[in-house]
Amino acid sequence: MTMNAEDIIKRCEELHDDLHFTYVKDWKAARGAKAIGFMPVYVPRELIHAAGMLPVGIMGGGDNLEIIRGDAFFQSYICRIPRSTIELGLGGRLDMLDGMLFPAICDVIRNLSGMWQMMFEGKYVKYLDVPQNFGPQGRTFYASELADMARAFERISGNEITRDALNTSIALYNENRRLVAALYDLRAAAPHKVPTSDVYLLMRASNILEVSEHSEMLRDYMAAIGDIDRPVRDNVRVVVTGAFCEQPPLSLVRALEQSGCFIVDDDFVLGNRYQLKPVAVGERPMEALVEAYLGDTVATASRYEEDGDRGAYLVDQVRARRAEGVIFAAPSFCDPALLDRPMIEAVLTRENIPYTAFKYAENTGQIQVIKEQTGTFADSIKLWGVQ
Amino acid sequence: MESCYAGIDLGSTTTKAVILDSHERVLGRGITNSRSNYELACQIAREEAEIDARFVVLSHYLERTGSIRQHREALMAHLSSYYSLAHYLRQLEALREECLGARARWRCSEDDAGKICEAVVFIFEAMEKEAPGEFQPEKLSKTDFFRDLASSAYMRLAEQVSIKRSIPFGRLIGLFDGAILQVENRSFAGDFESYLELARLKTLEEPRFAPYGDEISAAVAATVGVPFNVINTVGTGYGRLTLPFAKQQIRSEILCHGLGAHFMFPKTRTVLDIGGQDTKAIQIDEKGIVTAFQMNDRCAAGCGRYLGYIADEMNMGVHQLGPMAMQSKKTVRINSTCTVFAGAELRERLALGERREDILAGLHRAIILRAMSLLARSGGVSDEFTFTGGVARNEAATSALKKLIFENYGDMTINISHDSIYTGAIGAALFAKRDPRGVMADLEISKLKTKKKAPREIAGAAGA
Amino acid sequence: MTIQTTIQKEDSMIVQKEMIAGHFEKLAKAGETGKKVVYTFVPGNLNELIRAFDMLPVHPEVNALQSGMRKLSGGYIQEAEKSGHSEDVCAYVKSDLGMLKKGNVGPTGLPLPEPDLLLLSYTGCFTFLKWFELLKAEYGCRVVMLHIPYQAEGKITQEMRDYVTRQIEEVVVPALEEVSGKKLDRGRLEDMLASSARAEELLVDIWNSAKNKPSPIDAYFGGVFYIGPIFTAFRGLPECEDYYRMLKAEVDDRIARKQGPVTPDGEMSQQKYRIVVEGPPNWTSFRDFWKIFADEGVVMVASTYTKVGGLYESGFRHDPKRPLESLGEYCLGCYTNHSLPARVKILQDYIEDFDADGFLINSIKSCNSFSAGQLLMMREVEKRTGRAGGFIETDLVDPRYFSAANIRNRLESYFQMIDARRAGA
Repeated sequence: MTMNAEDIIKRCEELHDDLHFTYVKDWKAARGAKAIGFMPVYVPRELIHAAGMLPVGIMGGGDNLEIIRGDAFFQSYICRIPRSTIELGLGGRLDMLDGMLFPAICDVIRNLSGMWQMMFEGKYVKYLDVPQNFGPQGRTFYASELADMARAFERISGNEITRDALNTSIALYNENRRLVAALYDLRAAAPHKVPTSDVYLLMRASNILEVSEHSEMLRDYMAAIGDIDRPVRDNVRVVVTGAFCEQPPLSLVRALEQSGCFIVDDDFVLGNRYQLKPVAVGERPMEALVEAYLGDTVATASRYEEDGDRGAYLVDQVRARRAEGVIFAAPSFCDPALLDRPMIEAVLTRENIPYTAFKYAENTGQIQVIKEQTGTFADSIKLWGVQ
Repeated sequence: MESCYAGIDLGSTTTKAVILDSHERVLGRGITNSRSNYELACQIAREEAEIDARFVVLSHYLERTGSIRQHREALMAHLSSYYSLAHYLRQLEALREECLGARARWRCSEDDAGKICEAVVFIFEAMEKEAPGEFQPEKLSKTDFFRDLASSAYMRLAEQVSIKRSIPFGRLIGLFDGAILQVENRSFAGDFESYLELARLKTLEEPRFAPYGDEISAAVAATVGVPFNVINTVGTGYGRLTLPFAKQQIRSEILCHGLGAHFMFPKTRTVLDIGGQDTKAIQIDEKGIVTAFQMNDRCAAGCGRYLGYIADEMNMGVHQLGPMAMQSKKTVRINSTCTVFAGAELRERLALGERREDILAGLHRAIILRAMSLLARSGGVSDEFTFTGGVARNEAATSALKKLIFENYGDMTINISHDSIYTGAIGAALFAKRDPRGVMADLEISKLKTKKKAPREIAGAAGA
Repeated sequence: MTIQTTIQKEDSMIVQKEMIAGHFEKLAKAGETGKKVVYTFVPGNLNELIRAFDMLPVHPEVNALQSGMRKLSGGYIQEAEKSGHSEDVCAYVKSDLGMLKKGNVGPTGLPLPEPDLLLLSYTGCFTFLKWFELLKAEYGCRVVMLHIPYQAEGKITQEMRDYVTRQIEEVVVPALEEVSGKKLDRGRLEDMLASSARAEELLVDIWNSAKNKPSPIDAYFGGVFYIGPIFTAFRGLPECEDYYRMLKAEVDDRIARKQGPVTPDGEMSQQKYRIVVEGPPNWTSFRDFWKIFADEGVVMVASTYTKVGGLYESGFRHDPKRPLESLGEYCLGCYTNHSLPARVKILQDYIEDFDADGFLINSIKSCNSFSAGQLLMMREVEKRTGRAGGFIETDLVDPRYFSAANIRNRLESYFQMIDARRAGA
């Protein structure tokens, strides 16, 4: 069923706004199957899928969720995503999840996994301790983590994760990543045709929709936008970085574009395109998943970089996408993003790439101030070029 | 000799005092907005409480005097408003003296100085003339602080005078600003007798009371004569400098607040206090002893001060915010209660076309959400729930609070009292009475001798 | 609550101060003496291994806290913020970077040597990872990652053990050999591990002494001095063992004489409240902070912060018979590498084992590793023990986040609450 772009995005927005996760409930009911939730940034969704379960990305409550109980768990100097996640949990909205995964990205999420164990006894909770050693030692350890999870997934779902099932899932996710990459390429090539607010919503939808459905949606969208005529604007091409965990509100994403920027690359919902190459399908898919984490991935704040400098990946991104500047958009109190920033800024300065930085929260209400800032940034690039 | 116990609460904007008798009944309550000198603030608040207690005694006396019992309410209204008038006039006099007394330091020509003096004299004459109008016995007046009453009158008159006499308005205001602090930080309670005397005289001018001259005079005399023997005083409050009490006479404001709330509402188990600069969530047991608490005292977000900023931004009075918010018809979600950004968020919403009423409603809800967090952190909300503090007088805030409590904790009794500002002082006074360490020496601070002045003619009394 | 006005120092206090000062002197001379310098972290520090190669360890956390105690950190933090660091991030990191930018003069006034190696023992704290990335960017030197997995399920699995042991064997040791130019002297390592185990035994006795009434030690304010030698440059060395023997003798002596700990104002005469404390202390106003408690007659009988460099009461000892494996186990067992449920249990056990009247959480703005989840921990511990929890908020070394009035207010309320409940009970 092909829809036009507007309808597709409308659907995505509905999914984005639905904090009762109706889609997930319906999906489970229709198949009598289970769902496993996960937090940012990356988990091997293929493994969940191969067990016949739906992977559900939980990225906080956004700007439509009032925090009433969640604040009782965190002091004011901690970011918002754990509060809203607990709010969702305590409000019963995550009851349809049969497990929750917490990948290792920072101490807040790490401790949240322990809190989750205490607060939702009986639910499967797994802290996925992704390795920061990418050699043989890390390989062995990570393989054991995945094996441990696979056993749990089999137990929860009642399905065996066969080699074939895993290969099938890997292939589906490879295809999905290919389409996501194609979308990003399309946007970079013709950003006036592919608004980032659309891309953002499509990426958020990848957290909820079953992967084949999402892939179809991407295909439909890319086919549909070809028909839309949007005027080319004299906007500045920028890369947005820092927003890999707590997501900005949609209004902020829109404001960035309205302020005169074309976002030609970003790290929103980074987990759905973590791998830069297809994951190998074949004799040993579990090993392939392990390799898929160890090498050929994006660089991001919570992933240790053994060789090279912090920021080199970003510079490559900027060059590859012909961007003119970088916008650091980090959530307030986000240790990984904020500690990264000075290192990256130094590298950008060396490479003569202009940048600007601000902080947001998933429920930021003061869009105007940020818009002025990024607007001025865009203007300064337009007027004076590269400084 | 009446044994009594005093509790004094040094809050961030006002200082409150409560006097209890030996049966733990409230004898009197006093409040002052003097804050800069802690000792003085304590003294003035306590004096106000004693005065209040004397009026209670007076009322009881009238109650017991059969012949005039029927007129008791009217008599009390008359006596207390004329008393307040006398007190006000005395303060005005002091204020005028302060304004003029600074003349030597004025930097202007002799001519100009003369003009200014005349203008000031004129203004104060007018204020004295208008004063009786503010203190009509029939008027249900809320107790405004001297500063509030005087400044609104002064501003208005000064504006007229400045235009008419070509005197810089700022000059006149400057005089007021300098003088008011002096007057605020001075005790006038020593003249209690003379004010009451004036009030008595003026009351007896009223035809319906004239026949009862003797009874009324006897009541007044008894009132003045009652000695208060304050056996123990306990202080509480939040001061960066040390509170002016001995260590054994200080109790934490959390405990005082908890016990005070228990006194007013014995069945209460959760207490929320949103003050000017901090918020407290307190859990108490059936005896009024605190079992858990949480404070937000580092950040003014969600406190009274936040509303003050909003009021300034909107060019409104703080007391107008609530009523306007109640006119809201639509939910506007305000995401930041940070006082620093209050203005920015407000302006942004207005620019987006939102109505002020709706924005205000959103702001009130945001404040209450913060309070809900604190309550959750302290252990939740248990029946009965008591809401105290300045913000409790804001109907939009209480409305938002009730809604959220019912939604999240179910139906329960919610206590909101006009007298809740005295909660801490009541608790302190109770501690003073129940102090297990035995009888302690009275406070050293109130050493001011009572100054007796001859009853002064109340200006314009006949004509008013 | 205190009876003397002159500041008393115990001999062991003087000794540990000298040890640390001596170490800073050695570090200042590292260039001359040709000693190689390894920067590493307190949690997960492999001191015996580093020392077996004759290298000198530097602990940036210790530099930061020392700078805090000497009131230098405020300036360093501002320097770091000027160069682009956010107000939201860890104050230790900012203090360290600020110190670097201002000439890398250490807290004792002596210059600090540049690292020959950054040994990133990544345990218990994500910020460590960023910290050494930042230092690598500054120094351009080699970094070795030792990833210590998190005890998320409250236990150490064989896979976790193998992962760490293999990293030490296959990555850390070769790097140390390369940088030092020496081969690992296994015999020497084993001797040091044996010495460590003896010192650890003594330390556990010292912690347990707080079960006495009155407690002869303050396990928090006094405790941070006790952990100096064993958590930093001296574990495995003879002077470390000597120090703990001396300290234990002092403690035993105080037990015999029923004496309390020495506080900044002298000996505490009456211990009114026995409290367990969770969270690091504030360093910039350390003495004032201590005094607030000492004045109220509070003695800390157990603390979790003093276990960041090893939770020895669990029974763990460094083991010469399994050198690399026990080093790995050590890293896995540091307090901040424990799950939240495990931390709740540790607090509960402390409260019960040390017969505490209550517990206090000092929530540190900078430190998400400790702080995220403390509110839940507090309620859970209250539920399990029936003892009230107090909650205050300060910071490690950012002086802007210490408000004595604030803290006093909350603490007074807390202790009066305990009093009132005692009276009512």
